[in-house]
Amino acid sequence: MNNKNIDLKAPIGGLGASRRSFLKSSALAGGGMLLSFSWFAKAQAAQNMPALPEQWAELNGYLKITPDNVIKILCPNPEFGQNVMTSLPMMVAEELDADWKNVVVEMGPHDNVKLGPQFTGGSNSVKMYWKPLRNAGASARQMLIEAAAQTWGVSASEITTKAGVLSHSSGKSAKYGEMASKAATAAVPKEVKLKAPKDFSIVSHSKKNAEGLKVVTGQPLFGMDYKVDGMLIAMIQHPPAFGMKLKSFDAAAAKKMPGIKDVFSFKLYDDGFEQSGFDTRTFNEMIVVVGKTTWEVMNARKKLIVQWEPAGDLKETMMGRAGKKEVTVPGRLETTSSQFELMAEYAKKPAQQLRKDGDPEAAFKNAAQVIERTYNAPFLAHNCMEPMNFFAHVQDDKALVAGPLQAPSWVEPTLAKILNLPADKIEIQMTRMGGGFGRRAYGSYVYEAARISQKLKAPVKLIYTREDDMSYGIYRPMYTATYRAALDADKNLIGFHVKGGGIPENPVHANRFPAGAVDNYLAEGWEIPSNVTIGAFRAPRSNFNAAAEQSFLDEVAEAMGKDPIQLRLDLLKRAKENPVGKNNDYDAGRYAGVLELLRDKSGWGKPENAGKKRGVAAYFCHNSYAGHVVDMVMRDGQPYVERVTSAVDCGVVVNPDAAKNMVEGAVVDGIGNAFYGALTHKDGVAEQRNFHNYRMIRHNEAPQKIEVHFVQNEIDPTGLGEPPFPPVFGAVANALFKTTGKRYYNQPFMKNGANEGQKL
Amino acid sequence: MAKYNLKINGKSRQVEADPATPMLWVLRDHLDMPGTKYGCGIAQCGACTVHLDGNAVRSCSLPVSAVGKAAITTIEGLSENGTHPVQKAWIEHDVAQCGYCQSGQIMSATALLKSNPKPTDEDIDNAMSGNICRCGTYLRIKEAIKSVAQ
Repeated sequence: MNNKNIDLKAPIGGLGASRRSFLKSSALAGGGMLLSFSWFAKAQAAQNMPALPEQWAELNGYLKITPDNVIKILCPNPEFGQNVMTSLPMMVAEELDADWKNVVVEMGPHDNVKLGPQFTGGSNSVKMYWKPLRNAGASARQMLIEAAAQTWGVSASEITTKAGVLSHSSGKSAKYGEMASKAATAAVPKEVKLKAPKDFSIVSHSKKNAEGLKVVTGQPLFGMDYKVDGMLIAMIQHPPAFGMKLKSFDAAAAKKMPGIKDVFSFKLYDDGFEQSGFDTRTFNEMIVVVGKTTWEVMNARKKLIVQWEPAGDLKETMMGRAGKKEVTVPGRLETTSSQFELMAEYAKKPAQQLRKDGDPEAAFKNAAQVIERTYNAPFLAHNCMEPMNFFAHVQDDKALVAGPLQAPSWVEPTLAKILNLPADKIEIQMTRMGGGFGRRAYGSYVYEAARISQKLKAPVKLIYTREDDMSYGIYRPMYTATYRAALDADKNLIGFHVKGGGIPENPVHANRFPAGAVDNYLAEGWEIPSNVTIGAFRAPRSNFNAAAEQSFLDEVAEAMGKDPIQLRLDLLKRAKENPVGKNNDYDAGRYAGVLELLRDKSGWGKPENAGKKRGVAAYFCHNSYAGHVVDMVMRDGQPYVERVTSAVDCGVVVNPDAAKNMVEGAVVDGIGNAFYGALTHKDGVAEQRNFHNYRMIRHNEAPQKIEVHFVQNEIDPTGLGEPPFPPVFGAVANALFKTTGKRYYNQPFMKNGANEGQKL
Repeated sequence: MAKYNLKINGKSRQVEADPATPMLWVLRDHLDMPGTKYGCGIAQCGACTVHLDGNAVRSCSLPVSAVGKAAITTIEGLSENGTHPVQKAWIEHDVAQCGYCQSGQIMSATALLKSNPKPTDEDIDNAMSGNICRCGTYLRIKEAIKSVAQ
């Protein structure tokens, strides 16, 4: 039920830069070429691939060049707003030397053999596809050159390409489309040379969102918009509280309502089902109301008469990296204030040591000054603007499911198990997602839709109302952490200690900064099991740690009499030149580079900014580095972030304006969650059920200006969706101190709009 | 169930629905016009914004029986192919991230600009703060609106 929050940045399926993509080329019926490639199929298997049916070209071709010069590129990864449908095709088009105007982008089918891991999350998309997609583009380009060389009777080395045109010094030239059919018969090059970043003409040059026009004209892009003839609408009635289960129900009145087709209860997993990491589901037995239209189903659901009862402790079988594990999920009905009290109790108990350098006990014993601060944060609901939903049509021998999903490849094995169908009889279509933020990495709503369709033997779309989505979530966990710093008589930092825990997971990243920069260091963690389901939420754990650690460092700098940026730079210098301990998982040079850029661009410490109430924070997560300087003012008696300066090192920036958009969005999202985000419980019942009492940042609360700067380098891209998000919390907390004179230790900082900063 | 003659995007449309059915679901389920989005159902997020006689309204809280002879405009009716100045500005400023809320944002923005062609920042704040965007595209929304106003 509440699986561990698996790190989304963990390698998936063994796709590494060292593994060469396997490319296959074929001719298109009617002319043109089709280049597809596979990472996982062994070469022999691919060579023995049977003749491909015609529609294969339409469905599975990755890169298609038609005689009339249209270049169709399939996006392998599902889109949830991080703009991969533009940035990933840009990488192919760059090495192909395509004319971007002629590129048409479509979402690819679910096919891990041909399109790779297809996982959207962990800020991984651009990073994991950086080499394979460029390799594909470069290979196709080379084959077009070979075709032209043969046609013209010249050496391939004399042919150049630019914007979809092949040229030879003799004056001969041809558009790609003219050579595509012949290129399809050329051998796929064993090796291709990829461009140096300085030669990029598409990558690192801003391109508009490939689906921008469809978005602004209201085209049916999202799972919510998916519709087939005869499709029924389903809504689930789930238990009202975490820790409750279905006892009995009377559906007679609901069934009589207009448009209602059926009402029944179903079990998601059979008893003893072995759940893998992302099979998290909140409740196992639920009631579903199925009917013709959404409104009719909503109304009928209100007529259900249901008896619920305490579920008690539950045993679950979890399949993890370490094998099969029996887990007991406690049955208690949780209340937020008691949850915080319980965390405070656990924080006092001995915890698991995660890392120890030097002699931290002695450092704290001998310290002239010890600073100790505790930080708390509540559950957060993802609140994707598009609530969870999925279409399913399960038939006796096959199934089609379609909708918003971050990780189709994790869903497929479980679907196969619960539907008792072979995986190759299950088709998963990925629609554009109305937000994801980690929530749609958990496919339980897909399984629910499939179960319902299986029972009805009909096409069904399951829709969560906003209330369902919020009250029956897979939340960001609750966390607490106590930080301690030991200073000697000369105000040097001689010891650092972090002890963190949460419901139900420990947030501490033991090997991150300032580990490696302090001689005596201790990191510890603890966990409290819970029946409240949790999962990844934009930069899991980091979104709490950055808030706590970066606020703490601000206080440490103050106690040391140092500038907060300088303190970090001094520590990073130490970590770079003479690191303490092993396994420091950040690059101190890149981290410092972001802080230096931030200091420079924000005019930090400059006389002209002396009167500003500013907070700074920087953080490393998901392989990239980001920092912000937040300028805060009091407006109508409330703190308001007026301006933000951001600096990011994510390596090569593929689509600069879209990347800037994502950083701006991370800043706004970060301010909103830091100020207002909270999902609380009373006796297991989620107290926030819709946007009237779950406060989201709104237009008038967004900063007036966000200035985004990227470190210019030629490092392969390291990810962007998550890294700018966590440090916003810390920068906001530090700016709050400057603005109000008060330190904020408890999120959300503005409870119900009041400037409280107290525990919920 | 009752029959209604509605004027939507300049065309006459007939639907048969329960009088309390919100226009949002009439559009989406009865008329196959999915551009208007469901986000909250209680007029808190603005994803379902349409125009009723030119004014921005939340279609999730507008019963079909209350529409009467008023003209409804949805995102699909703004232009044939994305050529409305506000749609063009949205593309020019590359506003969308996930895009789910943007139909509603655009409908709120177009209603604002129609009644107030040169809105101040404060006017924009007032008109747009009923539309939530979790991706956080508010700054680009404001810039796009201002570019149309110029």
